[in-house]
Amino acid sequence: MYGFEALTFNIHGGYLEAIVRGHRSGLLTASDYNNLCQCETLEDIKMHLSATEYGPYLQNEPSPLHTTTIVEKCTLKLVDEYKHMLTQATEPLSTFLEYITYGHMIDNVVLIVTGTLHERDVQELLEKCHPLGMFDSIATLAVAQNMRELYRLVLVDTPLAPYFSECITSEDLDDMNIEIMRNTLYKAYLEDFYRFCQKIGGATAEIMCDILAFEADRRAVNITINSIGTELTRDERRKLYSNFGLLYPYGHEELAVCEDIDQVRSAMEKYPPYQSIFSKLSYGESQMLDKAFYEEEVKRLCLAFEQQFHYGVFFAYMRLKEQEIRNLMWVSECVAQNQKSRVHDSVVFIF
Amino acid sequence: MHLLYGFDLQLNDGKSPFQRTFVNQVKRCAEMSRKLRFFKDQIHKAGLVPSPNPASEPDVELEELEIQLAEHEHELIEMNSNSEKLRQTYNELLEFKMVLQKAGDFLVSSGNHAVAQETELSENVYSNDSYADSASLLEEEMQPGPSNQSGVRFISGIICKSKVLRFERTLFRATRGNMLFNQAPADDQIIDPASNEMVEKTVFVVFFSGEQARTKILKICESFGANCYPVPEDLTKRSQIIREVLSRSSDLEATLEAGLRHRDTALNTIGFYLSKWTNMVRREKAVYDVLNMLNFDVTKKCLVGEGWCPIFAKTRIQESLQRATFDCSSQVGIIFHVMDAVESPPTYFRTNHFTNAYQEIVDAYGVAKYQEANPAVYTIITFPFLFAVMFGDWGHGICLLLGALVLIVREKKLSSQKLDSFMEMLFGGRYLLLLMSLFSIYCGLIYNEFFSVPFHIFGHSAYKCRDATCSDAYSVGLVKYRDAYPFGVDPSWRGSRSELPFLNSLKMKMSILFGVVQMNLGIILSYFNARYFGNSLDIKYQFVPQMIFLNSLFGYLSLLIIIKWCTGSQADLYHVMIYMFLSPFEDLRDNKLFWGQSVLQVILLLSAVIAVPWMLFPKPFILKRLHTERFQGRTYGILGTSDMYNEEEPDSARHPHLDEFNFSEVFVHQMIHAIEFVLGAVSNTASYLRLWALSLAHSELSTVFYEKVLLLAWGYDNIVIRLIGLAVFAFATAFILLMMESLSAFLHALRLHWVEFQNKFYNGDGYKFKPFSFALLTDDDD
Repeated sequence: MYGFEALTFNIHGGYLEAIVRGHRSGLLTASDYNNLCQCETLEDIKMHLSATEYGPYLQNEPSPLHTTTIVEKCTLKLVDEYKHMLTQATEPLSTFLEYITYGHMIDNVVLIVTGTLHERDVQELLEKCHPLGMFDSIATLAVAQNMRELYRLVLVDTPLAPYFSECITSEDLDDMNIEIMRNTLYKAYLEDFYRFCQKIGGATAEIMCDILAFEADRRAVNITINSIGTELTRDERRKLYSNFGLLYPYGHEELAVCEDIDQVRSAMEKYPPYQSIFSKLSYGESQMLDKAFYEEEVKRLCLAFEQQFHYGVFFAYMRLKEQEIRNLMWVSECVAQNQKSRVHDSVVFIF
Repeated sequence: MHLLYGFDLQLNDGKSPFQRTFVNQVKRCAEMSRKLRFFKDQIHKAGLVPSPNPASEPDVELEELEIQLAEHEHELIEMNSNSEKLRQTYNELLEFKMVLQKAGDFLVSSGNHAVAQETELSENVYSNDSYADSASLLEEEMQPGPSNQSGVRFISGIICKSKVLRFERTLFRATRGNMLFNQAPADDQIIDPASNEMVEKTVFVVFFSGEQARTKILKICESFGANCYPVPEDLTKRSQIIREVLSRSSDLEATLEAGLRHRDTALNTIGFYLSKWTNMVRREKAVYDVLNMLNFDVTKKCLVGEGWCPIFAKTRIQESLQRATFDCSSQVGIIFHVMDAVESPPTYFRTNHFTNAYQEIVDAYGVAKYQEANPAVYTIITFPFLFAVMFGDWGHGICLLLGALVLIVREKKLSSQKLDSFMEMLFGGRYLLLLMSLFSIYCGLIYNEFFSVPFHIFGHSAYKCRDATCSDAYSVGLVKYRDAYPFGVDPSWRGSRSELPFLNSLKMKMSILFGVVQMNLGIILSYFNARYFGNSLDIKYQFVPQMIFLNSLFGYLSLLIIIKWCTGSQADLYHVMIYMFLSPFEDLRDNKLFWGQSVLQVILLLSAVIAVPWMLFPKPFILKRLHTERFQGRTYGILGTSDMYNEEEPDSARHPHLDEFNFSEVFVHQMIHAIEFVLGAVSNTASYLRLWALSLAHSELSTVFYEKVLLLAWGYDNIVIRLIGLAVFAFATAFILLMMESLSAFLHALRLHWVEFQNKFYNGDGYKFKPFSFALLTDDDD
């Protein structure tokens, strides 16, 4: 019922919305980041984090700390929060919450497949997987030799199965194929998620479609930049772009023919929302693009909290938390490797 | 137990936690408490109950303790890892045994079925014979002999029960159905070697053919966490291996047992001291946390801290500081120096068991400003009394009294144990409950109600019925035949015509009297506040007009009520009060109560009218004049003094507070205040009528339960119905009257104190004095 969410939303979604807003207020603040950036050792970081929401997760860690432990524990907190929300959720929110994890699932599938291709140990690979994207038979992925087997053996049981329809080939797996598979899967996932949000309608559709469109456009730009100078043809590249978003369809035509970063830039600058992102970068530079995109994303995610009675807040919270964990990882790495001058390079503030 | 009496330190807020002086000590304490938590966890996991035996070991220093803890932790971790390895081996053996037994059955049955297969299987046996001799029993993968490339082979192993279905499906898909899958549930739960948890497991045997299928299946087994064990097909060989496995596992079991016992004794010794150590570390950490609030003075090489302490504790603090200096045989004494503070000090009232609950009631509204009049003193009596006015029934009062007495008698026992939140609240307010019940017995005697039944306690009733049947008592009334009943309400009135009109009139007027008295008390307290803080403006332009306004209207009403009671006049007080405003000069006629009443009314009305602008206008204008006088029209503030002040005392970053005078703000504030008082005088007086309303509701409700439940049931000559009636009555009395009604009366009494009484004088914008105390530390961790 469009526009009338306020009437009925709280019956099922009110509790969880309150929970997620509470979680959001537990995100680290500017002063937390300031203090973290001044830390000298990982112990200091632990000590500071023990005064925040992360406290209970870190307090029992014995002393020689590693960055991975910190990140692992922080991720564990996110996963616990997510699981709690998922168990409390009813339809369609539960499906919505599950959709959030599909992205991680795709990443995990790609990680394991690439890893086995390079003959890495499966257990070691499993440890590197994001816990949100785990599914039961994930370890079996290592058995598969080509896409068809991958699909038939493992993925047919997962929610990712429908996304696979476009990339079932009998070709042997190689890096290029896997990368194409990742992007095809992601494209299908984003489109499916987009459709799902539109089906929910109301403020959820409004906000989520905006966020997802941004995500799709960002991926389009990244695909373009990453495929410059590879043997990917224009048509193939064109096929990897999601069929929605601000750039669809004319921007995609332009991106598909880009041969260097400046062409991408000129294509993107025709779109006012992306002008600001590219205007921060100097010509020919693509290093800082990721950070610029992250900053823009965080800004948009924070805006999702300005409205009530929609599911966008859940997506936004998960994304913000992941960003926070990335920030923590960066800060801890900088501290651990004595590179404190570079702390601010990659930290995206969330406020 | 040491208690550093009354230091409320507050400094050093600007620094982040890891820049403070004693951060390393805090970190060490945190590390130690982590180790202690680890021990506690281990003891809990081992299922031991730590028995603390205090005072058996001399006190250890923190440094020693740190070393001890590290040793213990190291020892424990080593023991754990050793026993873990052993246990893993043991579990593997156990699984192997299970697989051997179960898989053997499959092999036998499948062997009987297919003769064609048998030859190939026997080949397999052959290959396994040589293998089993050479390879370790615990080799995870089975290496089939090279001789049977084309034959049917098998892999046996064990897998979690929950994964079996998916495992089978994946196997089926991977081999395109060219396999045979057999399974049997394991007899009992097995500890999984990998995760150390009890899980139900299933033994499986997969038959397949082909080398590729084998690698695939092994990979799948690995990815599903299924442990594969080789099983020879020859029966004799199998039983031999089983024997071998059994003997080895019994060996291992003995070793494991010994290790476990060793660990348990270690844990037990730790358990002896665990709570003591935990306490010590917690205290040590708290001390360092407080020390972190001190400023480290670089030039003077000492620590400087500012804090609050109660004046009466000054000598004790000095004493304990001296003792501390002596104990640590330090060269430099600790300097205790009283300083002038600019901030308002925290508020601290010394309370005891009895007064604590009342102070809590007041503090729940707001902590008193420093040295403000404390309403808790009056609350001790007025609160239970106003409660009792609403809850007047001496039967219910006795029930409450019994409850309160139980709580008070068991005080020692209850205060030492941990109560749930409801009981804790009840226990905290036990003396409040005591006074409430006593007053409600008193009021109940006045109302003459015992579970709503009147009793002839103080002699005989003064009234009797007109005839023997007493049928017209409700319609016509009773006749008086002797002197008035000496105390409280006459018992004969129950159910008669005069009952409700009399009680209503009595309770209503009583409520107004109590209200006017309590509000007057509040205003008088505002006078004492103003006098204490030397604020003559408030006395002249707030206290005096307020007194005049309230008393000229509602004080006068109270006077009329008392005169009416004393003289027994028939005057209509509504009429008097209403026409005092509408037509003040009109003749009072029948409603005249005393000589000169009309003149007095006009005077009172005039003074009330004058009091309103008196409250409103003078104060802000006088404040404005005072302000302009002080600065003589200067528009610039004084800069020099504040700088000098800072130079003198660099440690405390305080600036003299020069407030700006904003006339419109002050005026609006005063206007709000005056309007609130004028309207409040009316509405607050009306608000005291809740005393009457709740009292009425209480007595009516208890009457209903008594008459419509108990008496109705008693009317039947049937023991069952009577018992049911009694039970319903008892439950209604306990839950509705004693719990809900008393709660509602409590809340209304609370409101009358917080709003009607305290808004006359109480600022309540102070903050509590929170001294550092070891006693408060003990249970914040759990």
